[in-house]
Amino acid sequence: MAQNMNELNNQNTVLSVRNVSMNFGGLRALSEVDLDVHPGEVVALIGPNGAGKTTFFNCITGIYTPTEGVVTAYPKTGKPRRINGMRTNLVCELGMARTFQNIRLFPSMTALENVMIGRHCRTKTGILGAVLRGSGTRREEQEVVDKSYEMLTKVGLEKLANEYSRNLPYGAQRRLEIARALATEPFLLLLDEPAAGMNPQETEELKQMVIRIREEFKVSVLLIEHDMKMVMSLSDRIYVMEYGRIISTGTPKEVSEDPQVIRAYLGEDDDA
Amino acid sequence: MVAANIIKHLKGALIASIWLAFLTLPIMVIRVDTVEKTVTWRWMHLAYMAVGSFVLAFIWNIFLERRDRGQAKKALETVERVSALSQFLSDPRFARPLMAFGFLVAAAFPWFFSMYQTNILVSALIYVVLGLGLNITVGLAGLLDLGYVAFYAVGAYTYALLNYHFHLGFWAVLPMGAVMGAFFGILLGFPVLRLRGDYLAIVTLGFGQIIRLVLENWSAFSFGPSGISNIDRPGLFGITYSVEQATTYMYYIMLALVVLTIFVTARLKDSRIGRAWLALREDEIACQAMGIDNTRAKLMAFALGATLASLMGVVFAAKTTFINPASFTFMESAMILAIVVLGGMGSVLGVILGAFMLMLLPEYLRAFSEYRMLIFGATMVLIMVFRPQGLVRAKRKVYKINTEAAG
Repeated sequence: MAQNMNELNNQNTVLSVRNVSMNFGGLRALSEVDLDVHPGEVVALIGPNGAGKTTFFNCITGIYTPTEGVVTAYPKTGKPRRINGMRTNLVCELGMARTFQNIRLFPSMTALENVMIGRHCRTKTGILGAVLRGSGTRREEQEVVDKSYEMLTKVGLEKLANEYSRNLPYGAQRRLEIARALATEPFLLLLDEPAAGMNPQETEELKQMVIRIREEFKVSVLLIEHDMKMVMSLSDRIYVMEYGRIISTGTPKEVSEDPQVIRAYLGEDDDA
Repeated sequence: MVAANIIKHLKGALIASIWLAFLTLPIMVIRVDTVEKTVTWRWMHLAYMAVGSFVLAFIWNIFLERRDRGQAKKALETVERVSALSQFLSDPRFARPLMAFGFLVAAAFPWFFSMYQTNILVSALIYVVLGLGLNITVGLAGLLDLGYVAFYAVGAYTYALLNYHFHLGFWAVLPMGAVMGAFFGILLGFPVLRLRGDYLAIVTLGFGQIIRLVLENWSAFSFGPSGISNIDRPGLFGITYSVEQATTYMYYIMLALVVLTIFVTARLKDSRIGRAWLALREDEIACQAMGIDNTRAKLMAFALGATLASLMGVVFAAKTTFINPASFTFMESAMILAIVVLGGMGSVLGVILGAFMLMLLPEYLRAFSEYRMLIFGATMVLIMVFRPQGLVRAKRKVYKINTEAAG
């Protein structure tokens, strides 16, 4: 396994997933999934509802431990790490931050505080430091506030910094989740249906924002999305999943012409 | 519209009063004298009952409606309204002198009031610290702990036993009590790491019972239900002092500990650790996915809460000079939880007010003798109905943003 990792570590990959399967009892939710993300790439994972996309996200972020297979992350600095079975918070600390399909903000914390939580793993004040509040702690606190506010400006939420996140409009909540993930300084951003429930204009804004974020933060993006217009125009490569298997992969053009994909999406019957 | 509402409330109140009058008929009206073998029918009582409950039910309904209307209005407002009082309290120009004044009053208290009053206040202060400790676990980290009194017992028995066997003094045991509390906090923390909500509550409830039952039944260790007496009061450079002076001394020790606890919990609340606890309370999965070590955060919350309870246990043993397991029943845990919930979860000021209210109310209601607990219970119900968020709502800190640095 170790040889395999070194072989792949040519800085041409930020995430490599090999042969990952996930069983829930007798149910096989993921079956021998292979997937790669290269630096600076926007990769989309699409597929019909229930195909296993979110399960896949949960497998690579440590919420589930895959039954089989190897997930390897390649942080910008440091050695490649096998991350399947790693604790969720350590995966995040390593540099893979995610958002959730059904928004999971901290509702009775302000927008700014939500982002500040993202800074947690990059700071280190302990109980003693917090109680004594020495100059080091104060400096770190101010840095957390400033950096978090900066993240809010990146997603255009700076005016709502002191609002409770539960009071934010839906689209703003989605963007806040992205700001919170960015605050952890990730090399790979995992977005689980970021455009869900957005109107076409909001979706377009979101797309522009993802493109901007990728340039500015030099992050790779892996996203799950149902909005085909967004997926086709945003992604460099697409993986199509059905019944827990990757059935097709390639550029948006290649994938959209793949008969297998058309069958999966439209079905062979007429009631699609 | 208004008239229709009033008629509706009158109807509701009428139904309620008829129902209650019927329900209380056997106990309020019929009186059976078993010696004389006579039955007296006190119909006047039925009238009292009906009229009284009619008036109360009517007033109750009107208040409920006003509350609901207020809530509906609040829901429409996007910006949360801040009451003038809380604005006043959060302004440092007023808050600082107010705090200083409060402290001076507290410091001067034993000179102006009797020993009896001071003693009651010491008990109340103990509950202030217990409330603030449980506030860390329940209010901030959202871990419902129903066995909190177990840690209180750990502290009390740590001092009592060390004092009995090794004649260790109060000041020597105080830090040891803190360490013991933290140890037991983590001991309980480990098995319940994966539990939340109701399940966590039941396990902690069990833990509280285990500690009490061990203390009650392991006589060789804890002297069973008869407890331990003649525990030394806190030493003061070897000076001997009277009982009255002891109370005053105890009062100042408690005052210092309360100030220390307020300082520590207030600072923790607005720190990196405090934010992590809040995030843990709000959404455990998101919290961990954002890089917070849930295990550490939970154990820290349990350990800190337990440390404060254990410190108070040591103080309690030194104050009463006698302890037995009867002081550490589930009722105590419930009381401390009530302090936190009534005061306002997560709010330091709220918990302090809650502790004073729940501890001092039963004392000063002694004049009403048998109605004491009734009034006490009714007060709790009223607060929860009309202020479900507690006496003081926990407020989030507004951070100062350095816009130049943020660009």
